[in-house]
Amino acid sequence: MVDPDGRLPRRREDAAVAAKLKHSGVTRRNLLASAALLITTSGASARVITKALPWRPNEADPVTPVVPGGYLFFTAGEAAVVDAIVDRLIPTDELGSGAKDAGVTTFIDRQLTGPYGGHDWLYMQGPFSSNPLPSQGLQSPLTPRQQYRQGLAALESYCKANFAGRSFIQLNADEQDKLLAGIEKGEVKFENFNSRMLFGAIYANTMEGYFADPIYGGNRDMAGWKLVGFPGTRYDYRDVMEKPNQAYALPPVGLGGRPAWGGH
Amino acid sequence: MARRLPRKDVVIVGLGWTGSILAYELARTGLEVVAIERGPWRDTAADFNIGTTPDELRYAVRHDMFLRPKQETLTMRNNPSQTALPIRKWGSFLPGNGVGGAGLHWNGQTWRFLPDDFRIRSHMIERYGESILPEGNHIQDWPVSYDELEPYYDKFEYVAGISGKAGNIKGDIQPGGNPFEGVRERDYPTPPMTQGFAQGLFTKAATGLGLHPFPRPSANISIAYTNPYGCSMAPCTYCGFCERFGCANYSKASPQTCVLPALVREPSFEARTECEVTKVNLSVDGKTATGVTYVDASGEEWEQPGDIVLVCAYSLFNVRLLLLSGIGKPYDQASDEGVVGRNYAYQTGSGSTAFFEDAKFNPFAAAGSLGVALDDYNSDNFDHGPHGFVGGASITSAHTNGRPIQYHPTPKGAPTWGSAWKKAVHETYQRVTNVGAQGSVMSYRNNYLDLDPTYKDPLGRPLLRMTFDYQDNERKMANWMADRCDEIAKAMGAKTTQINRLVGPWSVVPYQTTHNTGGAIMGSDPKTSVLNRYLQSWDVSNVFVMGASAFPQNAGYNPTGTVGALTYWALDAIFNYLKSSGPLVQP
Amino acid sequence: MRLRHLIALLPLIAAGGAAAESDNYVDIARGKALVTAGDCVACHTAPGGTPFAGGLPLQTPFGVIMTPNITPDNATGIGNWSANDLARAMHEGRRPGGTYLYPAFPYPYYTKVSRADVEAIYAYLRSLPAVSNSVNRNTLPFPFNIRLSMSGWNALFFTPGTFAADPKRSDEFNRGAYLAEGLGHCGACHTPFNAFGASKASQYLRGNQIDNWTAPNITNDMHAGLGKWSVDDIVQYLKTGQTRFSLASGPMKDVIENSTSKMPAADLKAIAVYLRERGAAGSPAPVPLASSDPRMQAGEAIFTDTCSACHMRSGAGVEHMFPKLAGNVVATQDDPASLIRIVVAGGRAAATDERPTSPAMPSLGYRLDDDEVAAVVTYVRNSWGNAASPVSADTVRALRSKVTRVGE
Repeated sequence: MVDPDGRLPRRREDAAVAAKLKHSGVTRRNLLASAALLITTSGASARVITKALPWRPNEADPVTPVVPGGYLFFTAGEAAVVDAIVDRLIPTDELGSGAKDAGVTTFIDRQLTGPYGGHDWLYMQGPFSSNPLPSQGLQSPLTPRQQYRQGLAALESYCKANFAGRSFIQLNADEQDKLLAGIEKGEVKFENFNSRMLFGAIYANTMEGYFADPIYGGNRDMAGWKLVGFPGTRYDYRDVMEKPNQAYALPPVGLGGRPAWGGH
Repeated sequence: MARRLPRKDVVIVGLGWTGSILAYELARTGLEVVAIERGPWRDTAADFNIGTTPDELRYAVRHDMFLRPKQETLTMRNNPSQTALPIRKWGSFLPGNGVGGAGLHWNGQTWRFLPDDFRIRSHMIERYGESILPEGNHIQDWPVSYDELEPYYDKFEYVAGISGKAGNIKGDIQPGGNPFEGVRERDYPTPPMTQGFAQGLFTKAATGLGLHPFPRPSANISIAYTNPYGCSMAPCTYCGFCERFGCANYSKASPQTCVLPALVREPSFEARTECEVTKVNLSVDGKTATGVTYVDASGEEWEQPGDIVLVCAYSLFNVRLLLLSGIGKPYDQASDEGVVGRNYAYQTGSGSTAFFEDAKFNPFAAAGSLGVALDDYNSDNFDHGPHGFVGGASITSAHTNGRPIQYHPTPKGAPTWGSAWKKAVHETYQRVTNVGAQGSVMSYRNNYLDLDPTYKDPLGRPLLRMTFDYQDNERKMANWMADRCDEIAKAMGAKTTQINRLVGPWSVVPYQTTHNTGGAIMGSDPKTSVLNRYLQSWDVSNVFVMGASAFPQNAGYNPTGTVGALTYWALDAIFNYLKSSGPLVQP
Repeated sequence: MRLRHLIALLPLIAAGGAAAESDNYVDIARGKALVTAGDCVACHTAPGGTPFAGGLPLQTPFGVIMTPNITPDNATGIGNWSANDLARAMHEGRRPGGTYLYPAFPYPYYTKVSRADVEAIYAYLRSLPAVSNSVNRNTLPFPFNIRLSMSGWNALFFTPGTFAADPKRSDEFNRGAYLAEGLGHCGACHTPFNAFGASKASQYLRGNQIDNWTAPNITNDMHAGLGKWSVDDIVQYLKTGQTRFSLASGPMKDVIENSTSKMPAADLKAIAVYLRERGAAGSPAPVPLASSDPRMQAGEAIFTDTCSACHMRSGAGVEHMFPKLAGNVVATQDDPASLIRIVVAGGRAAATDERPTSPAMPSLGYRLDDDEVAAVVTYVRNSWGNAASPVSADTVRALRSKVTRVGE
């Protein structure tokens, strides 16, 4: 096939000559092509790549480590309730720290301030169906932030109405457990809010916060990882493969390191 | 109004596995090639940095590296009588995004389909009679045979550096390999991976049952390797952050490790990232593609003319692009006419979880394709007569990871929270393994893709609509396989087992596989296929469409090996096309 | 007929400026090879600019100098220079008219280049397309902008004179010496500077810190230099940027990509013979730090967790991919700058047609604080038979600020 410029497609043998001609300087075509690509974006990676693999020093995309202390989304009241709930879901006991002591409430708080909290990456265009099939998954227009704000408020109303004016944090452990179990099974219904949605969100976020890298504010001192024996981010287990069915001895390490690294 | 750019010889939509391979092979002959990719550039040291990549929350749970549903998603329903709703958050499958595509966050399980798979319709009719085929099926023979593809499987395996043990070299069955595999010229380029404790138990148990286990072919490379393109890889470290993650130490075959370093050096190649192709443009008579239109990251529209257009955008998005561009007749389920969107298929998963009294499986020491498999129950390697289903499954003992957010197993009936839950998690993590069956899905009239009437993407174009459910045939097959898995799990010495069956309608919620096949299938008849045997469009002869969208139905394996082979197969045809133009096959 | 056809393959677009004077293809081709050996393009090309058209800001201890345009443009380049003018510049560091050049242009090394080679270089430079690019040649601050002061500098530190072969040495050694001491100007980076920015002749090739990288000792010293490398290792390194020990990164990677990888194998071998045979010079090996030292303990933990996946617990590395750290000469130089900056900022190996992967060391500056970098670098310098001075957090801190400047 001969194109309008009269060029024939070249095979490997001719490529050497072709390469020489192209390397010999800036051809008019290259100039025109590169000038026409006015790709102006804010993202550092939006680019045209030719001739060489791009590389820059200091290029990495780390997450900003969560600094614990205070809450950026939860009110003090909300945080106290979340603390209490996660403490029931994963209590502190002889197997080690539970979710509350592991910082899960801080984890959830910080997650809610990020793209997860607003479902920023999800498809949130309407219309939203009010009776989706279970197989169609998440169909609620409520973002996690809304779910927590509205859900926790609904929980408070429910408690006040059904426990003689007491709020959730004033119930004893048994009462809290019973209530949570009821919500989980769908037997307890809130007014104006789907109680299972609140439980689902807190449960999922608790698992995340308990087992995610400590850099996100939860899994403090790698309590979750120590519970199961997960070594974290070590990234090289060839020694383990050489010794099947044997206990693993090294302590876990996270994205931010571990105490033996000696840093601050 | 789109601004027109200088013409290129080859325009490639999407820079994943198939796009990279075609771009390199064409650019190295001097052709002017541009690849247009809607996601970002991705590079090992910057994006899969060893200090950022092993982050389960970010990549496995929040899906940082995948296509964001906000940018594009699908709508789904199980059958045509329902209303499709958007998949607002990925679950069942995880489409990739960016340079490398799914090829950088895959597990690396790399298979060849079996010879019978390529003519499964004829074969099953010959052996069992037509009545064995399930109701409403669209099963079709492939227009290409295993023997024709063998050299191209080989080519892809050598570019990817696949680690494995051949089972049948030139007709000689190799001990320790897969005795059922098709004849091949030579062994894999690198030796099999080091297997784990569970795999040792599986091998022993399966052999004792008269089955034929072999190491699963793996794109997590076992030794340092340099491929025919001069690109080098390092050995896998069994880090357990394979699927959903980029590899930090150059040991997972991907476009990044296997093709891009050589591709970018080709002077006539250019990659444009963060540019989304919105349409393949056609001549007035609709018979020739003139190029593509794309939108760059600032929202500006451009027209890129080209002599040939290679659609390499991933199976689902290939189909959508064809529909939006008016290439080929859209499939209409009601009349069973048309072809674009026809024969969508998927994959079944079932198996048995095995709980041991005392074991240290160390599930965190893992790799994406670490595993031992057997094909005794795959394809038609066993007598289907008594069972009343078609299809089969590869059965595998594998650990791909032990990442605790998503993997903290407990026995059935254990509490889901509280101290008792903690105790169960603590005791179970090291003591559980599984035997899994990954099975075929046939094609059916009721499983198809088309454009959604209601939901749109941010550019205002209709989303792709997926109508799919597992049919009785697949459930029967998958649940029969689950029992086979359970037999093996018990023979491994499990104290208790828990069978995992395929129940209920297909749901988008739990992850299953990202093996979406069909929708732009290859065939011998333009009435029932979109592409001819060379992946060339029947309707627009300068358009070729890569990917698993070409599969007439899916077999009992991951698709990537076959996708790679078909790409090299099509490449030869593309060179022929460049010499003499026009359709390569007369229907 | 044939000659002209061959010349057509060279960049001879005569747009303005002098037409290609010489029909002598042989001279032009020879000149091109010499210009490759001298790596002229590396300094005389601005970032993103046209090759040889100048405009690269060179950091010197005395300020920034912009490199001149050496294409044959009459107004902004060296279009008006004769072969004698070029010879004077290279041999004496003087421009036409007598003004002095700064030794950022390494004329103390180029002085060794033979007249015949200078003429071939001249023929090649004349054959380039003339590019109009006006470069500001007076950017140094007072008093360094007074070029006349170079006469004093030259009197103290510069001995002109073309190369003289040593009759006691082999032809190959002398060829290597001619290349390395002249066009190669290896000493310009690999020799420590004195306070006036001149190479310390007595410390020739014993290593230097330049632009926050370590240019290592390349004498034949067993501990500090190339003593463990064979001639073939050196040739491999210059040709591909890789050996069984090492992968080049930093400025040497650029030298390899632009210059040495394109030189004939015989020349690279001659340079290797020269380096191996001219003798060893280095400080004696220190005693390695004990593994019980707290810095080594912390370093080992960090190394195990974040380095061993690539470099192996044994420090063996992976061929063609990750440098071997055990016995690695760059790692054990007195000056740890390269090691520190690679850990903090990352680095990328050379890319050649034969080996395009150019594996990159990830930047870990965000992950490791100054104490941690100091510990792991100390660990690498003192493990697997390596022995070198420990590194302090203060050293890391100072270097970190230099290598993480925005836009670096």
